[in-house]
Amino acid sequence: MDVLSQLQRQLADFLASLYREGFVDDQFTQLQKLQDESSPDFVMEVVSLFFEDCEKLVNNMAKVLEQQVVDFKQVDSHVHQLKGSSSSIGAARIRNVCIAFKTFCEAQNREGCLRCLQQVNHEHAQLKANLQSLFTLERQIVAAGGTVPAMQ
Amino acid sequence: MDGGSMEDAMVGGGYTDEPHVLAVDDNLIDRKLVERLLKNSSCKVTTAENGLRALEYLGLGDEKRTALEDNVSKVNLIITDYCMPGMTGYELLKKIKESSSLKEIPVVIMSSENIPTRINKCLEEGAQMFMLKPLKQSDVAKLRCNLMNCRS
Repeated sequence: MDVLSQLQRQLADFLASLYREGFVDDQFTQLQKLQDESSPDFVMEVVSLFFEDCEKLVNNMAKVLEQQVVDFKQVDSHVHQLKGSSSSIGAARIRNVCIAFKTFCEAQNREGCLRCLQQVNHEHAQLKANLQSLFTLERQIVAAGGTVPAMQ
Repeated sequence: MDGGSMEDAMVGGGYTDEPHVLAVDDNLIDRKLVERLLKNSSCKVTTAENGLRALEYLGLGDEKRTALEDNVSKVNLIITDYCMPGMTGYELLKKIKESSSLKEIPVVIMSSENIPTRINKCLEEGAQMFMLKPLKQSDVAKLRCNLMNCRS
């Protein structure tokens, strides 16, 4: 197998595993479909924006949760934002944590919220690493003269 | 906000081959997504991050600016998120329908939550359609077809 075929095989397998393990869902596929010659870096741009936004929201939530009296409405509104964004890009695991997070906000459960926040951090780091590997593979394929097919 | 100020070319005698859509959403990622989806469906897109900015663009704001009528006559569709801080999508819808200059412009409401009472409330207030987030390309194609009088 030549280098290009090997890389393409690697990409396909890697992408399949991300779906299988629930890191991303169909909405991520939708995102990839939006990328074309007129916006070749669309997925990477949106994903970068998401990670920046996620970090900001997590920092804000941590501050609010540290207070003597926690404003759970504020936490909830941040979770709502994060749930929306993660859902929009297909970040399934993060979205799922947000669903649990919301119930803890509604129950005004600080411990539960803090646990969810930790989970969000964990999933954020994992997804970031995974998508960076994905983008690296794609770059290598393009460098080797191939094109990156949209996921079926 | 970016907005097209070039005149639309009349192609084949068609009414707005490139409809101008005003998309309102407080979430940056969702704004980027809806913009891409709409552009892929041959729409000109202006985005606004909240109801107030949207109304200003449409000429209903507190500040009077020149070329307001240009903006109004060029917007063929308004698509707005429901859950926004300050003015909700529903409140924005009401303001638009109460305005003699704007009430003819079709308004579509988007939401990540499927709540029948919410949907009915919006439809009763005059929303043309209600769409569930996250939006896909097929949703926007359907939207374009329904609202732009395209015959297939």
